[in-house]
Amino acid sequence: MNKKRKMFIRMIVASLVRRRSRMIVALLAIIVGATILSGLGLIYFDVPRQMSSQFRSYGANIIIAPESDGDVSYEKLQKSITYFPSNELEGYTPYRYENSKIHNMPVTLAGTDLGSVLKTSPYWHIDGELPAKNGEALIGAKLAESLGISKGESVSTVNTFEITGEMESIDIPDYEKYTDPETGETHCDHTLDLTISGILETGGSEEEYIYISLEDVEYLTLSKRGYDIVEVSVASIKDKLSEYTEKISKDIDGIKAKLVKRVTASESSVLSKLQALVFIVTAVVLVLTMICVATTMAAVIAERRREIGLRKALGAFNSSIVGQFMGEGLLLGAVGGILGSVLGFLFAQYVSQHVFSSPITFRPLLIPITIVASVIVTGTACLMPIKSAVEVDPALVLKGE
Amino acid sequence: MENLLELKNISKIYGGLKALDNVSLNVRKGEWLAIMGPSGSGKSTMMNIVGCLDKPSTGEVFFDGKDVSKESGKKLTELHRDKIGLVFQQFHLINYLNAVENVMVAQYYHSMPDEQEALEALERVGLKDRAKHLPSQLSGGEQQRVCIARAIINSPQLILADEPTGNLDEANENIVLDIFRRLHKEGTTLVVVTHDPEVGEVAQRIVRLEHGKIVSDRENEHFTD
Ligand SMILES: Nc1ncnc2c1ncn2[C@@H]1O[C@H](COP(=O)(O)OP(=O)(O)OP(=O)(O)O)[C@@H](O)[C@H]1O
Ligand SMILES: [Mg+2]
Repeated sequence: MNKKRKMFIRMIVASLVRRRSRMIVALLAIIVGATILSGLGLIYFDVPRQMSSQFRSYGANIIIAPESDGDVSYEKLQKSITYFPSNELEGYTPYRYENSKIHNMPVTLAGTDLGSVLKTSPYWHIDGELPAKNGEALIGAKLAESLGISKGESVSTVNTFEITGEMESIDIPDYEKYTDPETGETHCDHTLDLTISGILETGGSEEEYIYISLEDVEYLTLSKRGYDIVEVSVASIKDKLSEYTEKISKDIDGIKAKLVKRVTASESSVLSKLQALVFIVTAVVLVLTMICVATTMAAVIAERRREIGLRKALGAFNSSIVGQFMGEGLLLGAVGGILGSVLGFLFAQYVSQHVFSSPITFRPLLIPITIVASVIVTGTACLMPIKSAVEVDPALVLKGE
Repeated sequence: MENLLELKNISKIYGGLKALDNVSLNVRKGEWLAIMGPSGSGKSTMMNIVGCLDKPSTGEVFFDGKDVSKESGKKLTELHRDKIGLVFQQFHLINYLNAVENVMVAQYYHSMPDEQEALEALERVGLKDRAKHLPSQLSGGEQQRVCIARAIINSPQLILADEPTGNLDEANENIVLDIFRRLHKEGTTLVVVTHDPEVGEVAQRIVRLEHGKIVSDRENEHFTD
């Protein structure tokens, strides 16, 4: 290294190291700024990933439904499921709705896969247990209230069929035929006894249904058919999701897959608001850092007027004076940036663990970005104070006033 | 002998106060000049003007035949850097640099820092073993000697020293005077401001200032080369 550059570095390092107390304030400001910048930067870039897994656990984001009348057959459902990469597919839940009666009041039964329902509706709050076997039911809180049913009770659902020629051949034990005296039609009441294992509270329309297994629905209705709706939870970004739904709707006749607006739309709006917030906070902190560095630098230069005058008297050009202080400022900025990017990672990690309960993804590019940004912020902050350093008159200063 | 410095009708006025009042003075090349006078007589003011650190209110200053009183900025800086070594009344050292680094700063602005050379300069003022001390760890006299080492490091044509022995005991004063003698022999022009008759009386020529005016200007008959 050139001797002159070596001396330059020796001087600025000496100034920072041997005049610690002053510079420590500026350094702290830069470290805080750089920490916020790199920490929030990491969060900024990680939020989309974090949020999509948050929203994923918030429930289904795709529904598959029959195109017009009819239903989604088991085969079509299996086929459409293959369109989702297995690492993205969180789960799916089919629903089959049927009308029935409990205590002679009309109710809607929802037959579903009670083993997978929480994957697509994780927000369900159940007072009691999910039905563990056939013959158990989960009842919506509103319905339970209007029927006066409580947890642990046994109820009977009754379906009344008109016996047509075809059905007469079916022989099921608890199948009581009777003839309506007015119309002369033959009916039968088919009863399914259910134990209420839990009450479902969601605050939404789910509270108006009674949930039982698909087998129980088939048993009660004496019919096997497809599903009225299938909820699917897929962990992916919005563009990919729409790609999947378009393909499924196009490739498979009679069914239609669509995005659930509620979740995906709010997901991106919350996301952009959060990112804007992060951006603003970072900008404000950087401005504050700049103000703090500028103030400190102005104080430092006022304190060192004699030194500046002396350097001038020894033959320093203005450019050398600027170089000296800029060198100190930029070195400080670089050191602050390095420390800040490390602390920022720890900070982001802490926030991520506590807010999203998952580790942050480390982005190496943020280290040089943070360092360059703190060097630029520090350099800008030093401009004004250094201008006053150049104006120092050596004569006045050296006479010792 | 050619004049290195020519002051022509220099006045320096601070508000109503004439710190220098129509002073004219020629300093020949290689001359050793002492400026004496009571406190407040304008010695430092004159030195600042001669050293081109300050401008006279009226009058002209010629350095090596060139009018420098109207020069500004870069040209004056170059003059400081290349031709003049300054020793100030208050010892001005950079407080976060150690003794040898303070000397090297002068080299840094002049040409090339060279630690070995800087150490040799410190050795000449008897401070080699204090090279790594910070100014706060040096006595007043030691600090002053660092300033002298710094002033002579680039072998300037002109050395301007304002009370260079103000804080020194006799032994150290003699070290400094020996350095001056040697510089004088090497042909350096010396302008030394001093209160101390002992320091004044070893110079070649003695100028007395009072109330901003030269009241006497004499060759020193006791001067021994
Ligand atoms: N910047 C200034 N503003 C106003 N008056 C000044 C200024 N600098 C010097 N003076 C005045 O000019 C006069 C000469 O000052 P100068 O510093 O030259 O004295 P000096 O001969 O060096 O004294 P000393 O021996 O005490 O150092 C003094 O009366 C001083 O008060
Ligand atoms: Mg003085």
